[in-house]
Amino acid sequence: MAMNLKGSSFDGWRRENGRMGVRNHVIILPVDDLSNAAAQAVANNIQGAMAIPHAYGRLQFGADLDLHFRTLIGVGANPNVAGVVVIGIEPGWTGKIVEGIALSGKPVEGFAIEQNGDINTIASASRAAYKMVKHASRLRRTRADLVELWVSTKCGESDTTSGLASCPTVGNAFDKLWENGNTLVFGETSELTGGEHLVAARCRTPEIRDQFQAMFDRYQRMIEANKTNDLSESQPTKGNIEGGLTTIEEKALGNIQKIGKKCLVDGVLDKAEAPTGSGLWFMDSSSAAAEMVTLCAASGYAVHFFPTGQGNVIGNPILPVIKITANPRTQRTMSEHIDVDVTGLVQKRMNMDDAGEALLDCMLRTADGELTAAELLGHREFSLTRLYESA
Amino acid sequence: MTIHFVVHDEGDSVGVVVVEGLTASNRINGWIMDQDKMIEFDAKSDIPIGHKLAIKAIKAGDTIMKYGIDIGKAIADIAPGEHLHVHNVKTKRW
Repeated sequence: MAMNLKGSSFDGWRRENGRMGVRNHVIILPVDDLSNAAAQAVANNIQGAMAIPHAYGRLQFGADLDLHFRTLIGVGANPNVAGVVVIGIEPGWTGKIVEGIALSGKPVEGFAIEQNGDINTIASASRAAYKMVKHASRLRRTRADLVELWVSTKCGESDTTSGLASCPTVGNAFDKLWENGNTLVFGETSELTGGEHLVAARCRTPEIRDQFQAMFDRYQRMIEANKTNDLSESQPTKGNIEGGLTTIEEKALGNIQKIGKKCLVDGVLDKAEAPTGSGLWFMDSSSAAAEMVTLCAASGYAVHFFPTGQGNVIGNPILPVIKITANPRTQRTMSEHIDVDVTGLVQKRMNMDDAGEALLDCMLRTADGELTAAELLGHREFSLTRLYESA
Repeated sequence: MTIHFVVHDEGDSVGVVVVEGLTASNRINGWIMDQDKMIEFDAKSDIPIGHKLAIKAIKAGDTIMKYGIDIGKAIADIAPGEHLHVHNVKTKRW
């Protein structure tokens, strides 16, 4: 019998701004690469605090700097986060990120290293983290309607089984969630190449179609301007080719299965931009797994669907990543990385509705608190997207 | 019955091998998903799991169809049952 999502609910954390989260993290967020050591020291001092180190944040400018701020503020404001300690080398940009996260209403404090040194900064920031974890540990899960769960998707280390079965499984689940009124997102602009007309045809209005096409065309121009060959081994990747994918067109047609058969594209988003309403959003984004999943976290998504063929092991610090495979070799050799086994689809032992419901069931368990494979294995890939060189 | 390869649409040029250890000369079963039909074939190459075999005769320059859609062009002749991949098919983009 088909799963009825109407009336389904989950136990999450209601945040100050009304959003529902499914995790209760206290994060120590560096503004820049120089502040990673202090952030990690604070997380070592205070149990239950998690540092999110990264490589950037110095001498960026213009749209690239805006994206840096938007990504860090978005991650801090994500409802899977209960509180944030921000550490930067200097107080100006640190303050900008604190102010941005504070708009969500959640606890946030900032610390700057210059004129204090690492040791004093770590001491002050550790005291703040101590109070924040204490506060977070007092918060309780509350029941919320499924419609309040924001779900993102992106696939990785794809192979031909991704297009046959694991991406269509996400598509089946997305069709059901879209009809239910959930807030969804997909992206991977370059990885629609060869199937972009199919996405354009699914845009709800001519205006949305034009916005999508402009994003797609801009990305193509960037590739055309920088490429030195047909991109074979980059897109498709070496892993994709090992898995049997031959061309970008073939890879794209598999990828696009994730938006199902019924969903319409209700709007487009810039990188790390938060959606303004429910429905399916297209985010102009890299197709690199950690970059795209990080952007989904920054846009406010609470659970992620990640189909894989050859066995991508990705996770994210704050966004639970649910992995789905239809490749029997991957399921045999890497089962500790897989949350939903849909290998039965290619042997007709399972139908697509069964597979979609197995994924939705895993999603509800994850939302209620069950840990994903990536969380159990400590995968916390956090990759910031850069638009161009630093100044 | 084991399904050895899966075809998205009966108009496609290719099927995808979904079992490990497929060797040339195997008599193999294929499932055409969209029309829910079974076909039988002789594999003419050793084909790894996830890789494709041609299910019709293909000439160099022909368009390769999968999902009922263009996925690239052949750069060599490919016989039915032969391994079809980056050595004999290229993108039409980039």
